[in-house]
Amino acid sequence: MKGKNIGWIVLLVLGLIAPFLVYPVLVMKILCFSLFACAFNLLLGYTGLLSFGHAAFLGWAGYTCGYAMKELGLSPELGLLAGTAAAAALGFVFGSLAIRRSGIYFAMVTLALAQLMYFLALQFPFTGGEDGLQGVPRGRLFGLVDLADTMNMYYFVLAVFLGGFWVIDRAIHSPFGQVMKAIRENEPRAISLGYDVDRYKLLAFVLSAALSGLAGATKTLVFQLASLTDVHWHMSGEIVLMTLLGGMGTVFGPIVGATVVVGLQNYGAELGQWVNVLTGVIFVICVLAFRRGIVGELAALIRRSGIRM
Amino acid sequence: MDIFGIPIQALMGQLLIGLINGSFYAILSLGLAIIFGLLNIINFSHGALYMMGAFGAWIGLTYLGINYWVALVAVPVVVGIFGMIIERTMLKHLYRLDHLYGLLLTFGLALIIEGLFRYRFGISGESYPVPELLSGGFNLGFMFLPKYRAWVIAVSLVVCFGSWYIIERTKLGSYLRAGTENPQLLQAFGINVPLMITLTYGFGVALAAFAGVLAAPVFQVNPVMGSNLIIVVFAVVVIGGMGSIMGSIVTGLGLGLVEGLTRVFYPEASAVVIFVIMGIVLLLRPAGLFGRER
Repeated sequence: MKGKNIGWIVLLVLGLIAPFLVYPVLVMKILCFSLFACAFNLLLGYTGLLSFGHAAFLGWAGYTCGYAMKELGLSPELGLLAGTAAAAALGFVFGSLAIRRSGIYFAMVTLALAQLMYFLALQFPFTGGEDGLQGVPRGRLFGLVDLADTMNMYYFVLAVFLGGFWVIDRAIHSPFGQVMKAIRENEPRAISLGYDVDRYKLLAFVLSAALSGLAGATKTLVFQLASLTDVHWHMSGEIVLMTLLGGMGTVFGPIVGATVVVGLQNYGAELGQWVNVLTGVIFVICVLAFRRGIVGELAALIRRSGIRM
Repeated sequence: MDIFGIPIQALMGQLLIGLINGSFYAILSLGLAIIFGLLNIINFSHGALYMMGAFGAWIGLTYLGINYWVALVAVPVVVGIFGMIIERTMLKHLYRLDHLYGLLLTFGLALIIEGLFRYRFGISGESYPVPELLSGGFNLGFMFLPKYRAWVIAVSLVVCFGSWYIIERTKLGSYLRAGTENPQLLQAFGINVPLMITLTYGFGVALAAFAGVLAAPVFQVNPVMGSNLIIVVFAVVVIGGMGSIMGSIVTGLGLGLVEGLTRVFYPEASAVVIFVIMGIVLLLRPAGLFGRER
């Protein structure tokens, strides 16, 4: 437990000082993807379900939030709420269909459903098609705080991230989280212990989708843009990579993974086409030699060296 | 002559394209099913390897002067060997792990292959001429049937049913089926199972590359042609279930036709119809049309 508290403190301190050290918009992007990756990890790392369609939640929450704020003139907090609710509803539909199959099929079903949502985003007029939804106003938070100011926006994003992360942390360490882990480790056993496994899976899926949606809606607010990039299957792959690289099934791993990948994309922008190749190479290395991820390996190293945390 | 207010010419044209797409779905999902049966891996790089097949034909023609007919045999062999190298060097290490790692590894490989081709060839696409022998077409009275399209459908059917025959009716196929059921027991009978796995992966990959060569004169040859296709093929596999070889073939062809019909009657939905069908099948028959649930 102590190690986790240290983690929280480090996270909080880093979060508070980061915008003075690094370009704040980049940190906000990292925070959005960290929340997205943590939400994804809830499903992959703790329940053992590989969804290859999480881009749908990120992207459609972004569209919903953007539409609600730009066209309907809602305030930012209601915009985020609308995006999160849309992602949760979508997650319920995806989840209900996908949990009918397991393992490899689960991944394929979620990928196919996300592709369906991609084509819908391409065809519906309100998403702006290829151009996306541009110029979304940031608005005033609760009618008081002007989010057009970068620092206000930053601390709001930090608060959203910490809130979402706290929910995930609570979920993992609750009795519900224990059942999720039981399903991951041995599903037939969980069934024989009397747990309604499908309901737990669906609940985990909806929770993961909703928080991914929160991340997507926040991202739309930061960049004032909702676009097809966020619903494309590349995004679904990227979030798997962040989680895998950071360490799936660890609390802080996805944050580390998201930071590394977003940082890489930011500073490696001149790499152009090579970014995809590099992403692929990291994938291959992670799977072949580095399956515990950065945080997982560190934790193993600490355990081996006998330091008590 | 009209059917439901659609000129028969247009209807038949779309059905033909549907059948061609269906042939590619069938060949690719067949390859996926064979690989999955023995390796327990969903080969995400299948689309990229299909793209390599199409590019292989184009590169052969443009730089080496290799004609279509040679490419049809040589490219699948080369890409198949490439696949076997992947299996020997990487996939081999994953068999004892969760199936998901195989999916993730081949996803990474797909990104690498696609990225390299995009870097070298851009995304605008290249066109591959229809071989001379198959240019032109037949006038069937009610429609014009381009020879090349007829050839694609015919040869796809031959390949699909040939594969089915080998797997279900020959001694070699019986080893394959036995390996799918119980590899340890088969090994105990003195069959070299690791070699068989490598060859099977190579065969599945060669099928994908073969489909790629067939596709080169029909579609634009471009680096992303495979990734767009493979997601649809995944939906096809979910609908059909991977338990049966014949199931994969029938589902692939059938869904191609349905897609073609949708393009005639409600074009806006043609990109999504297969995914919608997948949703309906999951609701009504979760194991898939031909599937056995685990």
